Amino acid sequence: MDLFSVVAEWFPYLVEGILVTVGLVASALIIGACLGLPMAIGQVYGSRPLKYVIGLYVWFFRGLPVLVLLFMFYFTIFPLLNLDLDAFFVGATVLGLRGAAYQSQIFRGAIQSISEGQMTAARSLGMSRAAAIRTIIIPQAVRIALPGWSNEYPNILTDSAICYAIGVAELLTRTSQIVTQTYITMPIYILCALMFIMLNFAGMRVIAYLEKRVAIPGFSGGGQAGIV
Amino acid sequence: MSENKTDYILRVEDIHKTYGDAEVLKGVSFNVRKGDTIVFIGPSGTGKSTLLRCINQLTVPDSGRVWLHDEEVTNSGKKINRFRQKIGMVFQNFYLFDHLTAIKNVEIALIKVKGMSPEAAREKALYELRQVGMEDFADHYPAELSGGQAQRVSIARALAMEPDVILFDEPTSALDPELTREVLEVMRKLALEGMTMLVVTHEMGFARSVATEIVFMESGVIQEIGTPAEVFGDGGGFERIRSFMGKIGDLSGD
Repeated sequence: MDLFSVVAEWFPYLVEGILVTVGLVASALIIGACLGLPMAIGQVYGSRPLKYVIGLYVWFFRGLPVLVLLFMFYFTIFPLLNLDLDAFFVGATVLGLRGAAYQSQIFRGAIQSISEGQMTAARSLGMSRAAAIRTIIIPQAVRIALPGWSNEYPNILTDSAICYAIGVAELLTRTSQIVTQTYITMPIYILCALMFIMLNFAGMRVIAYLEKRVAIPGFSGGGQAGIV
Repeated sequence: MSENKTDYILRVEDIHKTYGDAEVLKGVSFNVRKGDTIVFIGPSGTGKSTLLRCINQLTVPDSGRVWLHDEEVTNSGKKINRFRQKIGMVFQNFYLFDHLTAIKNVEIALIKVKGMSPEAAREKALYELRQVGMEDFADHYPAELSGGQAQRVSIARALAMEPDVILFDEPTSALDPELTREVLEVMRKLALEGMTMLVVTHEMGFARSVATEIVFMESGVIQEIGTPAEVFGDGGGFERIRSFMGKIGDLSGD
């Protein structure tokens, strides 16, 4: 069998792997954002115990290698909880929980860079603190956070390949399956690499578009416009 | 100031505030009638801005009380948000919401705090922008406005809440003289229309021509209070105000 027909034969299998990888990354980013933003708010505006608990969470998930986390959840924590979960679900959850730790710090930095005056002005108009956070602080923080947040996508995309270790049928897992079956190594791994690079490129374009969409004149992050 | 208590729209009683070792306010009391424009002057660091912030509880005083009509603003818990709707504030650095256009800056509290419909809020916001001559800039973002324009929008934002009194915390200190004039003109108009205003400023011309009372603060206490006629007239007294204004005049070359 020549290389071309091997690639043609296995290509659909790899493309399915792309879909699994995209699913992993999207789930992880969404879980990370849905937990990370509230955690950031809690860390800036919360009570002391809450700040402590969030700090502990961040310390834990940033402190362990992603593979250790993955094994821990897949082989220990979820089985102990009597949860028989699909490897994809465990992978997405672990990447998401870990991403939340990183994302919370991206959002926290953004919130803290907003001038105190924004909250002061909102409160002076009779807004509650919660309403001010919701309507004034978060819309600004998310915009400020976007450039830093855009790091999360390639990070999670490349990290997602580690789900190979628990057998999620993502891009790398399928690539090595093909290699084992066909004994063709280099060209298949190069194909896999190209697919990762393509995913990276496409995702970054989406984020760049988003950044442009929500951009506001003179407000490109770093607190008040024009003030360094 | 000898009338019955109920004549006053705002009463401030014996406000004390200490930051660390620094006693910024050492017992400040005064009363405000409806339509008054009270101008606070005095050297920097004498607690004028802190005093304003104690009135709407952005800074919580250590002791003393503030009354709006006959309701206590201090120690009012969650109710403070209702009082703040009635006590507008304009800041030295404008504090416009950076992610919102001029008109949305005015609208947002109408919608989120007063619960107005977006249509009604828009109409009200446009009206207030017109009052300060900023209707042509309704769709501009704060970064696209000059300091004077931004400050006029922030005045419109305060006005839209239909407050009983507006606190102006050095509203022109961040502006150059030309922009200062456009903001002072808006404030002068408001005063003439009967808005009750407390103004911390170094603009002596404004104090002289608009104030109903000039309050001179130094070292955390009110040193002297007088009408512009008394302060600027030929009569005796008010040595401290006059010496202070002399210093300011020397600096600005008047």
